[in-house]
Amino acid sequence: MASRLLEFADELRREGMAVGTSELLDAFHALEAVSWTGREDFREALAATLAKSQEDRHVLDIVFERFFFRAVEREAVERGLKEESFRREGGADGLDLEELRERIRDAIRRGADGEMRDLSRLAIAAFGRQGEGSGVIGVDVQRIRRTLGLRTERSAPEPPDPDAVPRDELQRFERHVRRELERQMIERTESLPPSKPLRELDRALPSNPAQDLSQVHRVVAQLKRRLATRGRELRGRRRSAVVDVRRTMRASLSTGGVPLELKYRPRRPRRPELYVLCDVSTSVTSASVFFLSVLHALHDSFRRLRSFVFVERISEVTDVFERERSFQAVSRAIATDAGVADVSGYTDYGRVWLEFLGQVVDDLDPRSTVIVLGDARTNGREPHARAFARVASAAGRTFWINPEPRLYWNYGDSVIAAYEPFCDGVFECWTTKQLEAFVNAVADMRPAAAA
Amino acid sequence: MEDARDGLGRVGYLADEPASLVSYLAIRLGKPVLVEGPAGVGKTELAKALARARDRRLIRLQCYEGLDEAKALYEWNYRKQLLRIQTEAADAGWQEVRDDIFGDEFLLSRPLLAAISTDEPVVLLIDEIDKTDQEFEAMLLEVLSDFQISIPELGVVEARTRPLVLLTSNNSRELTEALKRRCLYLWLDYPSVERELEIVRLHEPELDDQIARKLVEVVHMVRQLDLKKPPSIAESIDWARALMLLGAEDVDGAVLEKTMSIIVKHRTDLDLVAERVGLKLGDGFQRRAG
Repeated sequence: MASRLLEFADELRREGMAVGTSELLDAFHALEAVSWTGREDFREALAATLAKSQEDRHVLDIVFERFFFRAVEREAVERGLKEESFRREGGADGLDLEELRERIRDAIRRGADGEMRDLSRLAIAAFGRQGEGSGVIGVDVQRIRRTLGLRTERSAPEPPDPDAVPRDELQRFERHVRRELERQMIERTESLPPSKPLRELDRALPSNPAQDLSQVHRVVAQLKRRLATRGRELRGRRRSAVVDVRRTMRASLSTGGVPLELKYRPRRPRRPELYVLCDVSTSVTSASVFFLSVLHALHDSFRRLRSFVFVERISEVTDVFERERSFQAVSRAIATDAGVADVSGYTDYGRVWLEFLGQVVDDLDPRSTVIVLGDARTNGREPHARAFARVASAAGRTFWINPEPRLYWNYGDSVIAAYEPFCDGVFECWTTKQLEAFVNAVADMRPAAAA
Repeated sequence: MEDARDGLGRVGYLADEPASLVSYLAIRLGKPVLVEGPAGVGKTELAKALARARDRRLIRLQCYEGLDEAKALYEWNYRKQLLRIQTEAADAGWQEVRDDIFGDEFLLSRPLLAAISTDEPVVLLIDEIDKTDQEFEAMLLEVLSDFQISIPELGVVEARTRPLVLLTSNNSRELTEALKRRCLYLWLDYPSVERELEIVRLHEPELDDQIARKLVEVVHMVRQLDLKKPPSIAESIDWARALMLLGAEDVDGAVLEKTMSIIVKHRTDLDLVAERVGLKLGDGFQRRAG
């Protein structure tokens, strides 16, 4: 068994989890403490010792299924055992569709979890396997759902649909189907479902902007803290005049209680000023929802923030954000009357810099931070990198957040290379996780960090 | 392991499978547990319940930004040290005084030192570890893996008893690998309807079953929405208490409208809940609109 566990750990490492020797030792210790027979206990013990985050946990569950559970099934197949439920139904051919439908609906209504799981397998056997499915699990799930004629209950008091089922339960059923399909796919292709970056991209640009709005807010609150504490040690002690008694006394110990060295209380640093420019053109449509939510969250945290949106021309939207609290209202306002009246709908970065220079540059000072959210696709127009350089030199710090994967930078009309030298940092960012990485990078970038 | 769960249940904490298993492992292996999850799912409560169940004292270290070792580990009682120096500055030799003022007597033990130097084993709760900075995490490593603290003037203080350590995090920042490696990991999530119902019943046994169920279902509905702060378990219990005091007979739109502020704490959230959940429950809201 020990060697099996090592193989399992190897498998986890291959999927990008950091499983160290100490974790493995923990796992062995943990397994000594729980019973081996209980599948749940066994898995939880492994999860508690090996998986150290939610993502890790997800990976572990998938690998666990494949590694331990599937092994049992494979053995069953080799020995020629059929799953009981299949035999009872007489295989996919003899399956009575109506009956299956009814049973599934019934199970969903009652919320019987175990039954749903079994039935999801049956459903896949009945409808899903024709032509090996579409290869995309989401599509298959929807197709099976349609074939089964499952509809959600409406909240409105219309005559109740006899076929409808509660939404939450239906979602649970769909999850079962999805998991089952995933497992079959894993078995078929003998590899895990699509590589991670792709899944992340899918998850990152949600169709429902509200989905991870709160998460963006969380990261931005952190950004605020990091920016606020920045440079405290540079400015703080020099000009302050309040003596910190506790620390002075503490320091005086080394001189026998005579306070030779005065310690000062650090001054609270001034609030940073933030200028955010956000690209809302069509080339970043999917990302601009994400960006707007970042902007929205920034406004929640920073008082001294001016925000601009641009397509071909630039337009200040600070008021809009200050007036409207809800995200939906803000995005509607910006979509309709933010004054980004653009003729072509194509971004013109060069022009944006020129306008920004003309309107705002006098307000910039070394304390201010400029953050640009955009893909740097100029549609073949002059990038005016020198104008951008002047903006960057007027501001204390300049950051660029690009919603495209680094792979696509400088392909086609992307001119991010022209701007990059003038920025203090350029980041790819399309998930909250990357936003977090950006925050960390910004925090570490103070001059003292070089030491 | 059953014992672990039953023990927790006895003191009023209904743990799910993973939680009871991990608590059991933590006791068996003597390893710290890192508990992560959204706010208000009972992470801190788990530590308290463990302390009650194992009949141990709970020592709590609430983390915040700028927490340093003087407040977490130990500090020299400099006032007392000064007094000591001044009272016999004249006649005592340097060596004597130095040996003297850096002794146990002048050491103020803060939570971490207190936790490992007691004679009775304790439960140590390091709450909201994600609020501190990475430097502080690094400082914790020595305590968490070896259960010892090095004090330069005094030497190494080793644990007399092994505390049961729980660290909680709201996941507001990624913790360092080094810290995670030393801990068992437990992710606590919002409980299922059934479990939450049990929890509410446990705390408010007099509330009508029907209402309790409806209440929990509404809370779950509210959690499905994207809110700035989804209602926690504590808030559903508060709500249950409020409904009982008000003598509510059903959880309908009107009741929700009146008592919504107990479970939802942001203005924008209030609007959203009123709009979505209120509509589903009907009555009160539509009447008001009409």
